[in-house]
Amino acid sequence: MLKKVLIANRGEIALRVLRACKQLGIKTVAVHSTADKDLMHVRLADESVCIGPPSPTESYLNIPSIISAMEVTEADAVHPGYGFLSENADFAEQVENSGFTFIGPTAETIRMMGDKVSAIKVMIEAGVPTVPGSNGPLDNDDARTLQIARDIGYPVIIKAAAGGGGRGMRVVYDEADLLSSIHVTQTEAQSFFGSGICYLEKYLENPRHVEIQVLGDGQGNAIHLGDRDCSLQRRHQKVIEEAPAPGIPDPIRAEVAATCIRACEQIKYRGAGTLEFLYQDERFYFIEMNTRVQVEHPVTEQVSGVDIVREQLLIAGGSPLSYKQSDIVIKGHSFECRINAEDPATFLPSPGKVTMFHAPGGNGVRVDSHLYSGYTVPPFYDSLIAKVICSADTREEALKRMEIALEEMLIDGISSNIALHKDLARDNEFKKGGVNIHYLEKKLKL
Amino acid sequence: MDIRKVKKLIELLEASDIAEIEIKEGEESVRISRGSSSVQPQAVTYQMPQAAAPAPAAAPAAGASTPSATPAASANAVKSPMVGTFYSSPSPSSPPFVEVGKHVKAGDVICIVEAMKMMNQIEADHAGIVEAILVNDGEPVEFDQPLIVIA
Repeated sequence: MLKKVLIANRGEIALRVLRACKQLGIKTVAVHSTADKDLMHVRLADESVCIGPPSPTESYLNIPSIISAMEVTEADAVHPGYGFLSENADFAEQVENSGFTFIGPTAETIRMMGDKVSAIKVMIEAGVPTVPGSNGPLDNDDARTLQIARDIGYPVIIKAAAGGGGRGMRVVYDEADLLSSIHVTQTEAQSFFGSGICYLEKYLENPRHVEIQVLGDGQGNAIHLGDRDCSLQRRHQKVIEEAPAPGIPDPIRAEVAATCIRACEQIKYRGAGTLEFLYQDERFYFIEMNTRVQVEHPVTEQVSGVDIVREQLLIAGGSPLSYKQSDIVIKGHSFECRINAEDPATFLPSPGKVTMFHAPGGNGVRVDSHLYSGYTVPPFYDSLIAKVICSADTREEALKRMEIALEEMLIDGISSNIALHKDLARDNEFKKGGVNIHYLEKKLKL
Repeated sequence: MDIRKVKKLIELLEASDIAEIEIKEGEESVRISRGSSSVQPQAVTYQMPQAAAPAPAAAPAAGASTPSATPAASANAVKSPMVGTFYSSPSPSSPPFVEVGKHVKAGDVICIVEAMKMMNQIEADHAGIVEAILVNDGEPVEFDQPLIVIA
């Protein structure tokens, strides 16, 4: 069991990790920038260390500073949360080389999944269904490239191997545009991600985004905790997530989940992870794997009864998995609304002082947030300020519960997207379930 | 030791969150601490929540919290540019870089902050007389923590 964990993150996820540590009797160290000294989890932690000025590069992304903080506080392990250094293989490696534990997979696994081309290879070997594509990097042989695209069938999408999360992509509808589009994407990828390697995939026109949560013990054992649907997105940022994904025949669900477990077993995956898929016409297509805890993990926790962050801490401490696959039963339905500090019309961030914060409550209502009345949202970081998670026995009831909870919620002093979420909770198409990833952007344009 | 100096130190302490100051001047030394005489980690104190605001004061580990000095003292304090361990001398057997009362020029090395086995020399950013050394030798420091006050 870990004795002292340094939380290398901020905001709501840092608070989430702190709570899980406390539950296990693990001591906590909160590292923070000068702008974040009033964060809720900093006040609650056993120790706190200021690691830099507001800029993320000099604080939450500052590897020497964080490792130094681990040294001076004699922490055993670091939890990287999501974003920041959570999928930085160099960080994981340096942490382990310095004699500490990185709560997550090995650096090697992070690198393997960070390179989208190698990730796809691993998945193909394990029998995970993938998008028809080049199955490898594109090279200078234009004839070969054109043939690959013809075999896949237009439209195709060009993706940067070092990209991910919606970045470094370009859709091509016509063969005439293919080669020039590839060159542009390669150049962009080189400058944004440091690598110009690209690959091709079939472009699915109306897919849903469905992902599967896994846990691995690093010894070759793995289980899944069901799926989530995260199709309501704006500019590749998820807005509402739900578990389980509605309207998918159970045998199809089970089949793809089994392939995910096989992949995790083969690579001896350690910790929590998520395999992301596009789902269209009753078929799953793997796109990428995230080797960290995700923002939307609470909806899975609600329907599976498993505390995912707790499992991360236990696994990192050397414990075996707390559950066998047969122990996992998905019950009921859960939604999560991501509440952002942003202008409702322009979606620009809206930092500032929260003069009044009132969270909703009651049966089946969970709020993960670092806000408190009087807290000032700083301008330097992303705008996620709260997650409202509502659960019930049925999807319909859970969504109704969300509608009611959003009515109760108060955030005064700054702008937030609560109104957008209220609108979405009442949206007829969303109520039916199964909207695709283009739905929200289409709706917002009207 | 001059009683006026001691009085000034008491004022410095009271106006800040510093728990303890120890000053050595030649043969004389004075230690002024808040409350108890030994440096203990403070018990967690909970203030009554205002409206919905939880405001428990976290227990800082000795040396790992940020003392917020008075405006005058902070303006004159050289702050740590990084997280690490504070050393007042170039090596355990050497005398300290500076002592209270020493005159320093801008650019003079006044202490070391060690991080990941690298010794970083910290320089005075302005000239003056060392008024207080706020950290003990070997204690951890965080970013922006006031280290040495130069009047």
